Amino acid sequence: MPRLKSAADLEKLRQEILSRINGKRIISVTNGTDGRTRGSKEVVQALIQEIESQGLKEKVQLRSTGCHGFCETEPAALIFPEEICYVGLKPEDVPEIVSETLSEGKVIERLLYQYPATGQNIAKESEIPFYQPQSRIVLGNNRFVDMESIEDYIALGGYSALAKVLSEMSSEEVIDIVRGSNLRGRGGAGFTAGVKWDTTHNAPGDEKYVIVNADEGDPGAYMDRSLLEGNPHSVLEGLIIGAYAIGSHQGYVYVRQEYPLAVENVSIALKQMREYGLVGENILGSGFDFNITVHRGAGAFVSGESSALMASIEGRVGEPRPKYIRTAVSGIREKPSNLNNVETWANVPLILNKGDDWFSKIGTEGSKGTKIFSLVGKVNNTGLVEVPMGMTLREIIYKIGGGIPGGKKFKAVQTGGPSGGVIPESLLDLHVDFDELSRAGSMMGSGGMIVMDEDTCMVDVAKYFVDFLCFESCGKCIPCREGLYQMRVILNRICQGEGMEVDIELLTVLGEMMRECSLCALGQTASNPVLSSIKYFRDEYEAHIAEKRCPACVCKPLTTYYIDPEKCMACMICLRSCPVEAISGGKGEMHVINQEKCTKCGTCFEMCPDRFSAVVKISGREAPAPLKTPAG
Amino acid sequence: MRRTDKGKTTNRTDKKTEYSETVSSESEIQVAEATPSEIAADVNININGKNVKAKSGMTVLEAARSADIFIPALCYHEELSSYGACRLCMVEIVSGRRSRLVASCLYPVEEGLEVQTESERVVKHRKVILELILTRWPWVDKNLLERYDVQESRFVENTNFCILCGLCVRYCNEVKKANVLGYIGRGTERQIVIYAEEALKVCPTCDGGAMGCRSVCPTGIIPNEFAQTGPRFGKKVPLAYPARAYEENNVRDVLYMVGDWRMPWVQKSHTERK
Repeated sequence: MPRLKSAADLEKLRQEILSRINGKRIISVTNGTDGRTRGSKEVVQALIQEIESQGLKEKVQLRSTGCHGFCETEPAALIFPEEICYVGLKPEDVPEIVSETLSEGKVIERLLYQYPATGQNIAKESEIPFYQPQSRIVLGNNRFVDMESIEDYIALGGYSALAKVLSEMSSEEVIDIVRGSNLRGRGGAGFTAGVKWDTTHNAPGDEKYVIVNADEGDPGAYMDRSLLEGNPHSVLEGLIIGAYAIGSHQGYVYVRQEYPLAVENVSIALKQMREYGLVGENILGSGFDFNITVHRGAGAFVSGESSALMASIEGRVGEPRPKYIRTAVSGIREKPSNLNNVETWANVPLILNKGDDWFSKIGTEGSKGTKIFSLVGKVNNTGLVEVPMGMTLREIIYKIGGGIPGGKKFKAVQTGGPSGGVIPESLLDLHVDFDELSRAGSMMGSGGMIVMDEDTCMVDVAKYFVDFLCFESCGKCIPCREGLYQMRVILNRICQGEGMEVDIELLTVLGEMMRECSLCALGQTASNPVLSSIKYFRDEYEAHIAEKRCPACVCKPLTTYYIDPEKCMACMICLRSCPVEAISGGKGEMHVINQEKCTKCGTCFEMCPDRFSAVVKISGREAPAPLKTPAG
Repeated sequence: MRRTDKGKTTNRTDKKTEYSETVSSESEIQVAEATPSEIAADVNININGKNVKAKSGMTVLEAARSADIFIPALCYHEELSSYGACRLCMVEIVSGRRSRLVASCLYPVEEGLEVQTESERVVKHRKVILELILTRWPWVDKNLLERYDVQESRFVENTNFCILCGLCVRYCNEVKKANVLGYIGRGTERQIVIYAEEALKVCPTCDGGAMGCRSVCPTGIIPNEFAQTGPRFGKKVPLAYPARAYEENNVRDVLYMVGDWRMPWVQKSHTERK
């Protein structure tokens, strides 16, 4: 492939690619990390062989794409132009797909998505209730591009924003458009990208850096991974545009080593870009030089903090430094460095192509555009959700997420990972954007959204996040390191039933001190899960401390297992499965748990058939004495 | 000016060659040097209602100390780079519309800055931080505790004497350029380590055997003999061994083998405690 020397060359190439795929049937199979855990690699392999053996190679194009969003239905396939969506594929389904749909365009009913509420089969992807309320302007492109194909991206109009910027616009004009769009950083704090770019642009010095932050570490969040895996070119195009605007000639992609596919796909993308002359010297004949290096992070959550990330790129320990002088002025090697999240960069080409007016029409007053959330936890439909800013939590959880499984009651939703907080049912109509979430004591974070049902203990949740942070804090400053240690001690004793009356006050005092005195954003937000759960679920803390009762029956030391004699059918299932033989009884003889022997592993609770539900969890009171003394 | 890490800038000069492909050498020189007029400029700031003249490039802590205004700090030392870890030196500043807490050992002075070193907000948090330090190191300066009305810590004891202020590490790296000390572990597991092989070579000769790092340690937990001869307790000697006492047994070991303490009262209090 000869290097592209101008915007016209790029357009010529695009027309050529389009004419090549014109009239072909296209099948996009999800083959990202989430798909692969469900065997999508085998499906893709089978498709390649089957298309070959049925002689459809000229008529069909196979795309192995990143995640489309609805992760739990993967491996899924999307067939264009009909837009037929098949879900939950297995290699056995492949011959039929090829012979029926790919060659004849017929729909295979049994592979379609079945909507649980009505039992109806839905053929078109856009009609699936999970996708319907979404507007997938960023993530949606994952459907149209093969993870390893630059041609697919160019066919989609990729790099046209870059070509436009390099040939027609000055760096100030680019910054003006980005600032005009009011794009806010998708990494968590929500700082306006245009202002940050401007600061870096105006900072003295010629040596400047631009960085993609793909060190996504929040438990339960994976939108950056899916974007970087599925459509790396969109992120890299944004990066080059940013570099041009800022005046940088060296960029970094800081990606977690734990994301091997993302690392691989970005590296492939960079190789292709070099071949096409989209990175390196004299990009598209404009005279602008820019290099990109992929830097793999060594697995530290704190390295997602900008100054720690830059220290890590320099080869030092990933530890934050105080940012009284911003990294935009003094970052990597004390040179001005502009860092943005994967999703922020991916938004940039869209804004440049469609204009800042188009972008600022989406979203709310203070937060523009869309945001990708990873909707996980106790919700029917889990996956990546891209919605305009300002959609209510209720819509996201009930309309897109399909509500809570098993008819359970919704309790809370945790947004923003370990830095965020919990939001109770009373705030479900909150319009999700940067400001509303922080007003509720939580934060946007990178977009994790963990839904919890009535079986969740909020003290236990706070304890989980504090445990996570105890390990992931860098340990440099006292408020964060010692504060988290003490919080863990206090939360542990509350969950053990040894909580003291002062504990809630101690947690609050510690939390407030950490919020104001910690060195970096990790410490400043580390107390959010604790403070927000105290704010909204104080009664649960009090029940743990005063009544020694865990309302959700999660904290093991406060919970006892008990077999309801009225419901027990003496079926022997729990009796046989008990690992410590604490259950006595026999065939036709009532089962009784010997509380002294019981280790509270919960096996009997899991094993008791749903139709009996005889094993129950009790907290806050003694298990009732058995009706009769069990034999033996 | 102490904000820039002198030790590191020297290291960086040889690193730069790696990246110089993309950058012209002229530009680097422009960035590296600040104009002399900037350094000499006088800045007027206001600390606790008192006008203080400071030099541009100074930190708030330096300015306050030059005007005899007390700000407590444990991880700060005049000869070393600021680290900002103990957070005792947090002060409230009014900058523009809002007031916020900043670490005075790192925050650079700026014209018209208003600083409160003992505001209600500051004192409230400083008290909690002192309590946290007390959980690790039971012998915090009594005057300091009295000043902030801390009788005892409300939190559980986590005694391991070292408060991880990092003064010894910075002293070893910046003043001695020996790099014998460093950190290991993350979060609540963070510890100071001594690189044993280097320590055996360097420590016995350092300051004529008196070891400079001991002179900066606020807790006095760096044992003398220990660092001079290298780690010798325990049967296996790993390459990186904690130089500090980090758990109850280890504390006893360290105290047992160490005869010469810089602060005799430390040993005394420890025996009393037993």
